[in-house]
Amino acid sequence: MSTGAGAARRRALTRALPVTPAVVLLALFLAGPIAYCAYIAFTDLQLTGQATSSFVGFDNFRTAFKDKAFLNAVWLTLVFTVISSLLGQNTLGLTLAALMQRASKPVRTLVGGIVITAWVLPEVVAGFLLYAFFRREGTLNAILDWLHLPSQNWLFTLPILAVSFANVWRGTAFSMLVYSAALNEIPKEITEAAEVDGAGGWRRMWHITLPMIRRSIGTNLMLNTLQTLSVFGLIWVMTRGGPGNRSQTLPLFMYEQAFQKSMIGYGTAVALLLLVVGSLFSMVYMRLLRTEV
Amino acid sequence: MPGVTTMTAKSRRANRRLAADAGLLTVAAAFVLPLAWVVLSALDPHADLRVRVPDGLTFGNFDAVLTDEITFTPLLNSLILCGGGTLLTVVCAALAAYPLSRFRSRFNRPFLLAVLFATCLPITAIMVPVYALFVRVNLIDTTQGTIFFFAASQLPFAIWLMKNFMDGVPRELEEAAWTDGASAFQSLVRIVLPLMGPGVAVVTVFSFVMMWGNFFVPFMLLLTPDQMPASVSINDFFGNRGTVVYGQLAAFSVIYSTPVILLYVLVARKVGGGFALGGAVKG
Repeated sequence: MSTGAGAARRRALTRALPVTPAVVLLALFLAGPIAYCAYIAFTDLQLTGQATSSFVGFDNFRTAFKDKAFLNAVWLTLVFTVISSLLGQNTLGLTLAALMQRASKPVRTLVGGIVITAWVLPEVVAGFLLYAFFRREGTLNAILDWLHLPSQNWLFTLPILAVSFANVWRGTAFSMLVYSAALNEIPKEITEAAEVDGAGGWRRMWHITLPMIRRSIGTNLMLNTLQTLSVFGLIWVMTRGGPGNRSQTLPLFMYEQAFQKSMIGYGTAVALLLLVVGSLFSMVYMRLLRTEV
Repeated sequence: MPGVTTMTAKSRRANRRLAADAGLLTVAAAFVLPLAWVVLSALDPHADLRVRVPDGLTFGNFDAVLTDEITFTPLLNSLILCGGGTLLTVVCAALAAYPLSRFRSRFNRPFLLAVLFATCLPITAIMVPVYALFVRVNLIDTTQGTIFFFAASQLPFAIWLMKNFMDGVPRELEEAAWTDGASAFQSLVRIVLPLMGPGVAVVTVFSFVMMWGNFFVPFMLLLTPDQMPASVSINDFFGNRGTVVYGQLAAFSVIYSTPVILLYVLVARKVGGGFALGGAVKG
């Protein structure tokens, strides 16, 4: 009996063996930094003079919530997320996917190709392209001039809007793909039956299509939001968070505090807050998927 | 009478198709402008920041950037970092996915939940502590350290995808191999992986593309300019070289972006469009 249990345990161990490299890698390079993050967020660690850091409790967090620059970053992150993820990528992605269901094949292929190219491009390249697009002497103003509309220096007057649109440009393809997959799964008979019953396009969308793809909407919103929360390179290339700090979202604020102001402890406290918000979204996402695992 | 109704239904459908086409093309026109800028400027001897037809075609911009310092070294660095990272990711993910997909265990569910959770974490947020940690353990400014971190950050999603693809391979084929005395490892390498070729291709290309485009990780973890991948070195067009030569920046952007676009097209053909990836993540 005991040998049987031993053999079973040995077999379970052998079977678990292939998981070890992944577990080691994840423990050392992902779980480790997260634990370390939770630790130094409560210290006053600085970039210079590594040896002398001490435990300061919740001081970093108290400082943060009194820090105007931090609150500004929270607000801008919110604006950036709502405009570019909720309103932009999500709505535009769904619209494109819905139109693609009806469009002719060559148009579908062409448009899909263009939108996906914007998504596949490296983040920094996307940043440069949109920087050129929004600059005073860039394409957007050229078009506005041509239409006799007032042009302006977008990266100076409305930097957060410019970077939000840049993120829509870059990220819409993902939503489009998710929604195309979801729409393809709706049985044709259902939409056709509704059509025969005389339901118009919008009513079909609202009463039949949207309820049927609500799970996809939920997961897409979660993934978009998480993606948007961690955008750094795009904004860094376009505005460096400026002018002043008018497009400084939380990741850029965290970077500035940690490296340009050498306050690693404070920067990490901000990072921890970002991580906590991200984890909450993650958990909602997992609840949406709970039947799958 | 039935003929008339089908006619109107048909023409209504045709109208609707036309409207959808027009809507799509309008959106695409907005999306294509920045892309047109980079392609046209790369070939334009006097490129500036707006889209316009070049006043003469030239490959001078490409000639100017195709040097060791500007293009070849950064691209080689990118290749080493992303190639190494991808290899590590795919091997670890395939090994880890196998028992998760094939054997029942009470650890599977919590492990998969943890993996899914980690997939969603904003990696950007942990870069400051990773930097601090890498300074402590002397991994800062090393290629291998960056490769390890790249692999770890991509691994959760890779395991998740790999496990889902592996679930699609029927067990019966392997059970035959087991009765012939093949070990689990042999059946993974000889039977399961070859059968899920498109799945492995998706995981590989996806990991590689994500790393190739990643700016923040090498920006934080590497310091020496000689080690920088293209995603970081591209910023030198603004800093070190005086006035920005937009034509050259555009030419470099084209060179740097081409590999990932080709890889995407390759894998999209193999698995029937990016729609498969969209389906894989929607859960």
